[in-house]
Amino acid sequence: MITKRIIPCLDVKDGRVVKGVKFEGLSDVSSPVELAEYYTKNGADELVFYDITASAEGRTLFTDILRQTASRVFIPLTVGGGIHTLEDFDRVLKCGADKVSVNSGAIRNPDLIRQAALRYGSQCVVLSADVKRVDGQFRVFGRGGRDDTGMEAIGWIKRCVELGAGEVVVNSIDTDGVKEGFDLELLAAVCAAVKVPVIASGGAGKTEDFVELFQTLPGVDAGLAASVFHFGEIAIPQLKNALRQQGILMR
Amino acid sequence: MIAVIDYGVGNLFSLCRSLEAIGQQPVVTGDPVLLRQADKLFLPGVGAFADAVEKLRQTGLDEVICQEAAKGKPILGICLGMQLLFEESFEFGHWKGLGLIPGKVVPMEGVVPAAYKIPHIGWNALHTPQGATHPLLASVPDEACVYFVHSFYAADCEEAVIATTEYGAVLTAAVAKGNVMGCQFHPEKSGEVGLSILKTFCEGSW
Repeated sequence: MITKRIIPCLDVKDGRVVKGVKFEGLSDVSSPVELAEYYTKNGADELVFYDITASAEGRTLFTDILRQTASRVFIPLTVGGGIHTLEDFDRVLKCGADKVSVNSGAIRNPDLIRQAALRYGSQCVVLSADVKRVDGQFRVFGRGGRDDTGMEAIGWIKRCVELGAGEVVVNSIDTDGVKEGFDLELLAAVCAAVKVPVIASGGAGKTEDFVELFQTLPGVDAGLAASVFHFGEIAIPQLKNALRQQGILMR
Repeated sequence: MIAVIDYGVGNLFSLCRSLEAIGQQPVVTGDPVLLRQADKLFLPGVGAFADAVEKLRQTGLDEVICQEAAKGKPILGICLGMQLLFEESFEFGHWKGLGLIPGKVVPMEGVVPAAYKIPHIGWNALHTPQGATHPLLASVPDEACVYFVHSFYAADCEEAVIATTEYGAVLTAAVAKGNVMGCQFHPEKSGEVGLSILKTFCEGSW
């Protein structure tokens, strides 16, 4: 049977990992390439690289980093951030990305999903949705969670899957950074609405949060987190062992 | 020389880097002369069966592959590249494949239970027939996981199956018929296990 995936997310700006990282044995804690290798050796099932660079120079650095990482790390790599056109898809796929995630780019132009799925296949197109409750409704937010688009989130996610998104990363702004567990209510609604893999993001603070996620929602395929992994609060090998002991299939 | 067949389908970056990581210097080419000179061939592929087989026909590489296979040259098909090795595919129509391995490619839909998501994406365990592991998989530990991304699978190919995976149904994961081999999963994305399979293929005599 297919295993549940554990996915560390690396925010990269100007060629460096943004959040401070504390790991023994890592000579350069902000090198995305070294960190990616470290995670790969320590049980990560997939890696997400998020480009938060604004400048063209930073973008070039990012693709260099991606190329180096993809030359040394042989697990699936997903790239997000700054993806607005098919040329952006092309740019990161040529450097070794396996999947490309779109967020604001899809909000601005939903047809980007359809076009990308046609050209590269749905398996290549990941919808990333930042969701927050507003007036008792799940709303999609754009521009890194800054703008309320006014769109209802579940309908938006369904529409993107119909357009060709092959996977959905659901990031709950409400639970993000709170470290008290994933947004199970939101995730349950997404799982009920779509039949593609769902990746939960936002809220992981401890091992039990992942246990609760996979036990409560068998429809969730993967758990994604950043700082709890980077700061060593959760070590992936121990996390996977704990999940295995709870009967959750792990690689 | 190891050659990766370039026929305009799919992204060859990861496959080439993974071959370099195991000490090979792969040549990416669609040139029949080089492909005939190569010691071993990789047939990669992502996307639609119909497009891929059409491109092989247009470029005449279908004949090159079949002739080289008949001469005994080892060939490893990956993902769609594996599916192309079969006689026919029922992916959105009915298409003729290379016919190097008996069997057909069929949709998972209707075979795996409705509760299972299609495509089959993620890490899943390889099962090999007891006591009869094919040499290509000799380095693979029991129940090791590899990375799959596919919606169609090879059926009616029992004699060629060397590994299966379970996804609500038993699906073909790897096949071999003499010097012609194939993996439904992506060895170039399957961590150490995947690299070891590539190494075995590149270094073995078949």
